Amino acid sequence: MEFETVIGLEVHAELLTDTKIFCSCSTKFQGKANTQVCPVCLGLPGSLPHLNKKVLEYAIKTGLALNCDITKIGRMDRKNYFYADCPKNYQITQDELPICRNGYIDIELPDGKTKRIGIERIHIEEDAGKLLHTKAGTLVDFNRAGVPLIEIVSKPDIRSPYEATLYLQKLKSILFAIGVSDCKMEQGSLRCDGNVSIMPKGSTKFGTRCEMKNLNSFKALEKALNYEIVRHKEVIEEGGIIHQETRRWDEAEGKTYTMRSKEMANDYRYFPEGDLVTLNISDSWIEEIRKTIPELPYQKMERFIKEYKIPEYDAGILTMSLGMADFFEETAKLSKDPKAASNWLMGDISRLLNEDIADISSIKFKPEDLANLITLINSSKISNAIGKTVLEEMYRSGEKPEKVIEDKGLVQNSDEDEILAVVNRILDSNGESIQLYKSGRDRVTGFLIGLVMKETKGKANPKIVNKLMIQEIKKR
Amino acid sequence: MAVTKNDVEYVAELARLSFNEEEKVELIGNMNVILGYIDKLNELDTDSVDITVNPYYVENKFREDIVEKSMPLKEVIDNSPQNLEEYIVVPKIIE
Amino acid sequence: MELYKKTAHEIKELIQNKEVKAKEVADTFIKRIKKNNEDLGVFLYVDEEGAKSKAEEVDLKVEKGEKLLGLSGVPIAIKDNINVSGMQNTCASKILSGYRAPYDATVIKNIKTADGVILGKVNLDEFAMGSTTENSGIQLTRNPWDKTKVPGGSSGGSAASVAAMMSPLSIGTDTGGSVRQPASLCGVVGLKPTYGRVSRYGVVAFGSTLDQVGTFARDVEDCALLTETLAGLDKNDFTTADKIVPNYKKSLTQDIRGKRIGIPKEYFGEGLNNDVRKAVDEAILVFKENGAEIIPCSLPLTDYALAAYYIISSAEASSNLARFDGIRYGYRSKEYTDSLGLYTNSRSEGFGKEVKRRIMLGTYVLSAGYYDAYYKKALKVRTLIKNDFLESFKNFDAILSPTSPTTAFNIGEKVNDILAMYLSDVYTVPVNIAGIPAISVPCGISQGLPIGLQLMGNYFDEDTLFNLAYSYEKSTRWHKITFEEGGR
Repeated sequence: MEFETVIGLEVHAELLTDTKIFCSCSTKFQGKANTQVCPVCLGLPGSLPHLNKKVLEYAIKTGLALNCDITKIGRMDRKNYFYADCPKNYQITQDELPICRNGYIDIELPDGKTKRIGIERIHIEEDAGKLLHTKAGTLVDFNRAGVPLIEIVSKPDIRSPYEATLYLQKLKSILFAIGVSDCKMEQGSLRCDGNVSIMPKGSTKFGTRCEMKNLNSFKALEKALNYEIVRHKEVIEEGGIIHQETRRWDEAEGKTYTMRSKEMANDYRYFPEGDLVTLNISDSWIEEIRKTIPELPYQKMERFIKEYKIPEYDAGILTMSLGMADFFEETAKLSKDPKAASNWLMGDISRLLNEDIADISSIKFKPEDLANLITLINSSKISNAIGKTVLEEMYRSGEKPEKVIEDKGLVQNSDEDEILAVVNRILDSNGESIQLYKSGRDRVTGFLIGLVMKETKGKANPKIVNKLMIQEIKKR
Repeated sequence: MAVTKNDVEYVAELARLSFNEEEKVELIGNMNVILGYIDKLNELDTDSVDITVNPYYVENKFREDIVEKSMPLKEVIDNSPQNLEEYIVVPKIIE
Repeated sequence: MELYKKTAHEIKELIQNKEVKAKEVADTFIKRIKKNNEDLGVFLYVDEEGAKSKAEEVDLKVEKGEKLLGLSGVPIAIKDNINVSGMQNTCASKILSGYRAPYDATVIKNIKTADGVILGKVNLDEFAMGSTTENSGIQLTRNPWDKTKVPGGSSGGSAASVAAMMSPLSIGTDTGGSVRQPASLCGVVGLKPTYGRVSRYGVVAFGSTLDQVGTFARDVEDCALLTETLAGLDKNDFTTADKIVPNYKKSLTQDIRGKRIGIPKEYFGEGLNNDVRKAVDEAILVFKENGAEIIPCSLPLTDYALAAYYIISSAEASSNLARFDGIRYGYRSKEYTDSLGLYTNSRSEGFGKEVKRRIMLGTYVLSAGYYDAYYKKALKVRTLIKNDFLESFKNFDAILSPTSPTTAFNIGEKVNDILAMYLSDVYTVPVNIAGIPAISVPCGISQGLPIGLQLMGNYFDEDTLFNLAYSYEKSTRWHKITFEEGGR
């Protein structure tokens, strides 16, 4: 039997606010456990929550960046459950009226087609504390309790683990670009839960789904989803049924396991949070927030392709980091040669940065310097090959290209008479090569040109060398 | 809607409470009496009525994102039943 | 007259005029507490040192000629579910034994800033759930007027402390009548302010959308003084209203001419004790004589308020009390092998019967399948009840009724009949559902037990309540009769 996979992702992102969602404790963890708590986030008797405006602002910003409708009249709710990391034994979240609804992310499939993955809802809520399991017992640290989270729930539009990673990749780049989260999956500031089910191909009725938690990398996401799909197939093909449950992905074993504790009565008894009041979001506030959204990476990429006429592949690489994209754009504008700018950044400059495990933000020269280099090459002051040497020096010392060329005496020689003399000298001492050329081996000019370049220490204008070499060898 | 022993046991687990058999019987009785009384709300037609959560309507109360000092660790630990240095200890949880 | 018999405003004047020292005042009341507390079981904790030290601070201020603020050295008792930094906050429950409050509730901050002298913490029904203070997990509180009777609840300790003249002022909490009803049963003045008038920050939550801190005093002037001290917008309680606190003293006039008072028939029906009815009817005549217009009216939704109340309050309580789990503070059971056991045993051993019952009820009405039928329904009924009152206040300045259908009943009498117990809240509960303010003032004595009348007002119109209550007081002597003269 052929099956179709249905996947939905729930992503939690820790927001980059200075304080927690309901109290003024700092979100930046510095010292010992339980030193960044207060009566509110510790759930002491008599404490009341105080909603952080910035949390709402970031959530609205996220919703706008993900093409959502913003809920104008809303509120917070309580989700009731007992767990050691939950100080009040209820979480203040949004159940009925999430701040954002009905958005989407477009992903680019390998075949070049674009697919729209719907976003069901985005809401704000508080994080729980951290549990440390030891032999002596479980140790609880409430520093993280109350850290603000947004939860982004996709519609079940994803049809393969690969699509899931594309969705998550794009989501991550947008959240990072708008500055609401640092999206570090390994550190837990971006968490992904996957829901997966299978159904017979062509069917419209979804199968029973399983939820997977503890997916802390793109690899884990893809592997876990693939494992689950296979598991579902095996169970169904053997005539069994899939039970709706929550499973934990075990990276070491490469398997998913039932999570016992979370299976217990999940009757959360949601009801409105009476300690907080109605949210009435004005159109003017939404517009104010909208203005703070920068051009998103995928929007930048589309613009680069259109405006600078560079290939999609190049645009994709260049817009992966804002620093790189900005450097490219500045260089492209100043040099008026976007393709060259792109080649330098994707080629030699990226290589040098990778070797040093450095970021473009640490680069010693400016976009105008790179633009100058490009102009120098395009105006034949130096060859492309010399250009590489100049760039290396620019990278190491931060010196401007003109100075490097001057100091190292690298100015290209375009004096045809001088070059002609060298060409003839080389031809004079390479009779065998001339014979080869006459017998039809055209390519031997390359070798001879190389000798000319060596003789002139790379300074001869390669185009002129080429022209004169061919001209002279024909005469011999 | 009569409350049964199953209901009581289900609700007790949700609420993390335990009762002996005698107490359960009493609870079933109590709850049924109260719920019977509460049933009178069905005499009111509320189909087109909105809910009121806060008795006095207030909207858009917020706090600015400014850090303030947290509680001293000592105060956290002083009130805790069991601690291991700065951590609060609970029986080992298996996830 | 002995010092302990004086009202707060009288004491304040004596201190400000240097006729008596704040320390002497504090000493007097502490002595009185020591003498009577074993008998009456009012105080759970007396902060002798702290009170004396604060009183001395006040005396120093007076000596230096510094201006004294609002409470000016007047002592006050605090219900033991309101956080006073450094003190216990048991909520009369085993589950909070050993707990030391690490912060002050906003109302406590206000009291301290206003130079109030906190005497200590007083008894209540466990977690404020009850109408007699018999649900306290710590001790029994007796009505000073008759020690075989209950003082009312849940703020029984607060009411009794003022009635027994162990403190001139006290504060409690009112979720379904827990300030007004004990005030009525103990013959003192008790006010529940408008929801949002006084901050709930630092007050252990029972019903988040119902709770308000209430004030107890020997007369209306004192009540107004204390209320003004506590009221105001608080950044720590988002449900407080951004409304300025009036100078309530201005409302303390006898002039009530033209004030329209509604008398709702639903509050004068079956179940109302005859002596109470008589006393309230007589009181109505006094208002009439003083120039108010008395208008019979109807509040048809009164009957449904109690049902809505039990759903909303227990649902919210079931969630608010979830934090008591033996993990971060309070009582932790000695018997457990895993986390589930820790939670279940700590809570089952730590909570009393009534609290557990309400948590069960609250959890049930919120549980899957029942939310719409119960909680959501109750919130809709709340809208109707609110509108009912808003309509009434278009035609009336206040609504008058008895506070309690009976006077204080015997200790142990109603403990086993929960529906009867719950029904005794019938006159007070609608006020909490709507969130309007209401005050109870003494209006009679029946067989040595006080009777109280209730005035309900429009949102943030405590002014009218103080005005009407003050005027009534000036025309009668009920507030002047203490248990020493009138009781058994």
